[in-house]
Amino acid sequence: MARKLGEQIPYSEITPKSVYLNRRAFLAAAPAAFMGARALLAAPRFQTRRSPLSTSEPPTAQQYVTHYNNFYEFGTAKDDPAENAALFKTSPWSVSVDGLVKQPRKFTMDELLKLAPLEERVYRHRCVEAWSIVVPWVGYSLGALLRQAQPDPKAKYVAFESYYDPKQMPLARESGIAFPYVDGLRLDEAMHPLALLCVGMYGEALPPQDGAPVRLVVPWKYGFKSIKSIVKIRLVETQPPCTWNIANSREYGFYSNVNPNVDHPRWSQAKEQRLPSPFKNHATQMFNGYGDQVAGLYSGMDLKKLF
Amino acid sequence: MLKSRPLKALIFAVCLAPAAWLGWRIWRMDLTANPLEFITHFTGDWTIRFLVITLAVTPFRKLLRLPDLIRFRRMFGLFAFFYACLHFATYLWLDKLFDVPEMVKDIGKRPFITAGFAALVCIAPLAATSTAGWIRRLGGRRWRLLHRLVYVSAAAGVAHYYWLVKSDIRLPALYGLLVALMLALRLVPGVRGSAAPRKPAAGSAYCGSPASTGSERGLS
Ligand code: HEM
Repeated sequence: MARKLGEQIPYSEITPKSVYLNRRAFLAAAPAAFMGARALLAAPRFQTRRSPLSTSEPPTAQQYVTHYNNFYEFGTAKDDPAENAALFKTSPWSVSVDGLVKQPRKFTMDELLKLAPLEERVYRHRCVEAWSIVVPWVGYSLGALLRQAQPDPKAKYVAFESYYDPKQMPLARESGIAFPYVDGLRLDEAMHPLALLCVGMYGEALPPQDGAPVRLVVPWKYGFKSIKSIVKIRLVETQPPCTWNIANSREYGFYSNVNPNVDHPRWSQAKEQRLPSPFKNHATQMFNGYGDQVAGLYSGMDLKKLF
Repeated sequence: MLKSRPLKALIFAVCLAPAAWLGWRIWRMDLTANPLEFITHFTGDWTIRFLVITLAVTPFRKLLRLPDLIRFRRMFGLFAFFYACLHFATYLWLDKLFDVPEMVKDIGKRPFITAGFAALVCIAPLAATSTAGWIRRLGGRRWRLLHRLVYVSAAAGVAHYYWLVKSDIRLPALYGLLVALMLALRLVPGVRGSAAPRKPAAGSAYCGSPASTGSERGLS
């Protein structure tokens, strides 16, 4: 297909290395690929404009981002969610915003999609497990949603809660962490323009395993702070609980800002793997490289203690 | 039947199959989004499996009345060491990029790495002294004593696994249970080899293996 210079190639047309090195397997998978292509035609493609907050680094192949997930509700192995979340029911869906706000409200998915213009934000995404990817997310700043509810001056934090249904998520019970998954941000963090309320990636709706239909993306924090499949947002006065902090407070702090100088007790955070590279040779940047924008949020704080 | 050479060759091939499968996946660059994690976990899994299989030989030859199973114990142990080496090499190359000071820091600082390293250090001398020559040189009693380290290695391997998982402890707990079971079986009279009359021949070099004489003694 001829393309004008500078025109964006749809992500689905970029083939991951493992596939083009694997013609034979690819041919064997042709029937499945055909079905996949049909599904793609059916999936809504978002009209977005590319946000200036985007990095120019090349995005990770979509196939990897959709088949390498930490989403313990659907199993603890990285390839579990792609398989087990396939039938996850994400419609109808609504998100409540309440607590210390003047306008507590429930937003349907339709309302959320129309609340602000959708942008494409290409962010680095750094997992606490010392790997990273680059993902073109679709969404808008979380602040746009929070402002609709008009936070009360007393509100200092935002508490988030994921959807949890043991019937649809039978593996959750065996994962060793408590559900529903909860997490939180300080209100000023949540209102930062980089904090993204995300409804899609690679120009399409979020697949279930990546947190459909609506999730958070906080690119300067470790990935587990970017809570998936959100149903509740509550503004509160005191620091809200976070699932991984409850599970192991020595290893996972409330802030969990990406920080090459504070090791996880079990591994160094100084370096990371930029997937799919097999080498842990990529230097981790303070605040995942978003320090210019967010360091001010933490001035005067001892980030070694408040990790 | 257990004594046939083709069977031994077949079992050898089966033990090598995981490594061959891994080689095939590497050749095809089909290593998931995270090759380091994939290879580390794959080789770690096979190390601990072979450790448990090795530990199972002695109790099983008694329980199943198949004394000739002893023919395979050394092979299983050496495969455990082989997969441990692949596992360690993956860590040293892909994770640490041969930064030895960084590795030493890791070993000192992180209990799960300390335990893994201890597990490796414990089986290395067993692999080195697995030949008939070494059994002779050390003498059966001392050789047997030394080779009890395999239990320490397996226990350290389990601790390593238990400490490295984030929250889902089912598998490390299962391996812990299996190692404890194998050890317990060794201590039960009638299953533990030393409860049976021991032949004075060199076969006694195999701890608790009254029947492991003759054919396997030479090991060469
Ligand atoms: C006999 C020795 C060893 C055994 C039995 C063993 C076993 C294992 C097992 C079962 C796993 C987890 C696999 C999974 O989750 O599927 C693992 C992971 C790992 N092992 Fe070992 N291991 C041994 C030695 C070592 C050594 C010597 C090192 C490095 C010095 C090491 C470093 C690691 C690392 C870095 C991981 C991955 C941790 C993670 O994913 O967070 N292991 N090992």
